[in-house]
Amino acid sequence: MSGFPELPDGRLEQKLADKAPLFTHGEAVTEANRCIYCADAPCVEACPTGIDIPTFIHKIATDNVRGSARTIFAQNLLGASCAQVCPVEVLCAGSCVYETWGRQAIQIGRLQRYATTAGLEKDPALLSRNAKPKTGKKVACIGAGPASLAAAGQLALDGHSVTIFEKRDVPGGLNTTGVAPYKLFAEGALREVEFILGLGDITLETGAEIDDAAAKKLLDDYDAVFVGIGLGPDSMLGFEGEGVVGATALIERLKLDASLTLEGVETALVVGGGNTAVDIAHELALLGVPHVSMIYRKTEAVMTGYAHEMATARKDGVRLIEHRSPLAIEREGEKLVGLRTQCMDGEGEEVFAGDMVIMAVGQSRLTGLARAFDGVALDDKGRVVVDEATCRTGHAKVYAGGDCVNGGKEVVNAAQHGKLAAAAISASFGAQ
Amino acid sequence: MADLSIEFCGVKSPNPFWLASAPPTNTGAQIKRAFDAGWGGAVWKTLGNPIINTSSRFGAVNYGSTRMMGLNNIELITDRPLEVNLREMEDVKKHYADHVVVASLMVDTKEEWHEIVKKVQDAGADMLELNFGCPHGMCERGMGSAVGAEPEVLKTIVGWVMEVAKVPVIIKLTPNVGDITVPALAALEAGADAVSLINTVKSIVGVDLDRMIPYPVVGDASSNGGYCGPAVKPIALHMLGQVARVFPKPISGIGGISNWRDAAEFMVLGATSVQVCTAVMHYGYRIVEDMIEGLNDFLDDKGMASAMDLVGKAVPQYKEWGQLDMNYHVVADIDPAKCIGCQLCVVSCMDGSHQCIHIPGMDDDEKKRRGHVVFPTDVPDIAATAEGAKAGARVPWVHEEECVGCNLCQLVCPVEGTISMREKRKAPESISWNERVMNGTDVVPGGLDATRKARGLDAE
Repeated sequence: MSGFPELPDGRLEQKLADKAPLFTHGEAVTEANRCIYCADAPCVEACPTGIDIPTFIHKIATDNVRGSARTIFAQNLLGASCAQVCPVEVLCAGSCVYETWGRQAIQIGRLQRYATTAGLEKDPALLSRNAKPKTGKKVACIGAGPASLAAAGQLALDGHSVTIFEKRDVPGGLNTTGVAPYKLFAEGALREVEFILGLGDITLETGAEIDDAAAKKLLDDYDAVFVGIGLGPDSMLGFEGEGVVGATALIERLKLDASLTLEGVETALVVGGGNTAVDIAHELALLGVPHVSMIYRKTEAVMTGYAHEMATARKDGVRLIEHRSPLAIEREGEKLVGLRTQCMDGEGEEVFAGDMVIMAVGQSRLTGLARAFDGVALDDKGRVVVDEATCRTGHAKVYAGGDCVNGGKEVVNAAQHGKLAAAAISASFGAQ
Repeated sequence: MADLSIEFCGVKSPNPFWLASAPPTNTGAQIKRAFDAGWGGAVWKTLGNPIINTSSRFGAVNYGSTRMMGLNNIELITDRPLEVNLREMEDVKKHYADHVVVASLMVDTKEEWHEIVKKVQDAGADMLELNFGCPHGMCERGMGSAVGAEPEVLKTIVGWVMEVAKVPVIIKLTPNVGDITVPALAALEAGADAVSLINTVKSIVGVDLDRMIPYPVVGDASSNGGYCGPAVKPIALHMLGQVARVFPKPISGIGGISNWRDAAEFMVLGATSVQVCTAVMHYGYRIVEDMIEGLNDFLDDKGMASAMDLVGKAVPQYKEWGQLDMNYHVVADIDPAKCIGCQLCVVSCMDGSHQCIHIPGMDDDEKKRRGHVVFPTDVPDIAATAEGAKAGARVPWVHEEECVGCNLCQLVCPVEGTISMREKRKAPESISWNERVMNGTDVVPGGLDATRKARGLDAE
């Protein structure tokens, strides 16, 4: 992987199988031919980036894969990773008219993965060859996650120079560090970063922590700033010590750190009921941890983790324990031996034995940084406040998008923010 | 149980399902297996002077995920020695006396015709089929469709054959003519006992865009071939219907027949027997089981005792356009309990028909933007009620005043039974275009303006 640090071999994610492998040509054409090519299609409406799904599928059926990829990228430059990480079951495919009809929905995610892969294989310069001439304008993007990458890619295609500042050694944000590996491996995420960087004049500076002072200075050096800093460390609810880890921290190690081992872990207790909780529980089960339980304080009916994800996690051995709120870590000496919980249905306390507790109850905000810019406001939940149509903050030159704005949603939502911001930034340059 | 047996020119066949002269009838062993599977008859792969075939020979049209919707070939007549074919024919007749064996023939000179007719009769052929149809290869040598397209030549050759024929003679017609009834009537005039149609349609099936060579590729070139398979069925049905109107003797129907329903359609448009090739090349002899079973059940449903009762049933209803009732009118109904909200009916009506299907909740500006030309004020907001329908899904609405009753929406709708066409006559009495012309109200001498005046429309 040129330009990025080599990913070490022996990472745990390498033990997992791709859940929805790349279609062969024959598989893709057969599936594409199932699509009835709806007009005003509900799948398009369900896509946060508004990809013209029936059209890109039609183009697969006609063997026009470059056109198909162009149709996807025209709305979403992260079409390749979204194809793999999007919860299509609750978005495009979930709204497919075939569902109403009692038939299996079109496998839109897999078709999109095929189209973006095959299209770029045929012509790696599919988009970059049509980039606009240099404008001389400079934009800084803080963070190298999906929101920034989507913004940077479009800005580069519009002819602007972009510099991305990323505090980690590896770019890609959650696509690289946080997405369930059976959906997207770190290599896949980095391949997409490379594609974005190749779209035009984009410089990536890794290991670049931006503090308030540095942020302020960006305004002097750049014509606009995009803030795509995501979320902060896992919320730990005060639990700490050996055997207690944050969910996103653990997932990051699964994906990137070859020294991580789960040997000796018999029972993992995951606290939380959101998608991150389901993901890490599912990953641990797939990696061979014999007992994995999710401890959730409400009921399955109201949990924010997707039902389809919970169902597949269950098939792979994950257990969901409802109505339990964590009280304290149980230890014998230093060693973690369980989690004491409060029964939310009034049955007192209950201790669950375990040797690892994973906290998946949300992440802290990093948005303090955004305050470095005059006029930028945060809402009561610590999210950066932006204009919906342009992702512009209270500062005329500062835009923001992704998890730091929406509090933690899908990659596709971040991609849409990046797209909107890039369009608004380019428009603002044009107006000058 | 209906009686599926038929009688064709006095020859009995256990059912109307025959294999057409083609690769599936290349050898005696194949034909025996076909008869074992249930085929009632077989038209032997055309016999004649020795030929040499090319490689490759076939090309196909796929549509969507459907393979071989149409098949094209440049294969010639049999490439096996005549003596071998005759020996095998005799053997087949010996073991399958009740099945029909038709010898398909294609030679050049009078002597050759006399010779080959005698030989196949001696081998036990129940009937002869003169191949005046193949539109590739042999026609360049003055045979096949070259004969079928020249009525005088056709009559001459039929005459030669009738001089020595002791069994019924079928003339296989080529569709590569302007008016199929011309060669059919020429055959009748020359004394033929029956016709079969259609042979393959002259075609180029596709082009290899990398090598710039049409399919099927033979070295660095290709040639036009004969097109068959489900794609040609509508062409065959039309020609069959035309011939059936004027040809008083038996007809064997050919062209894209793949199942019992196709067979029934050919029979009601005038065929007594039907011949199948492409479907067998695709799926094998076994498909005849469904054809037998399906036709049987269909006849039972219709209370018909014999397959022969089907023959020609729809011919009287095949008319000229000018005879159709102009006051007949239908309008589309969309069933909200079945609509899945794909809106293919809307887009097809907007772009491919008369812009009469509306989506509720649009103001006039939006309707104009989308291309509507009439703006009904009362578009009902009908919720889709199909099981599992998305909350808020709306059912398109047909504006009956604008609907011309073209069927397009019903044809594109992917969910069977969602769109139905309801009869809504313009007037109780019938009137055809021909009658209107005869009444002197629609076409008058003197040009466009005179016609407008005659119809009560002001000329500009």
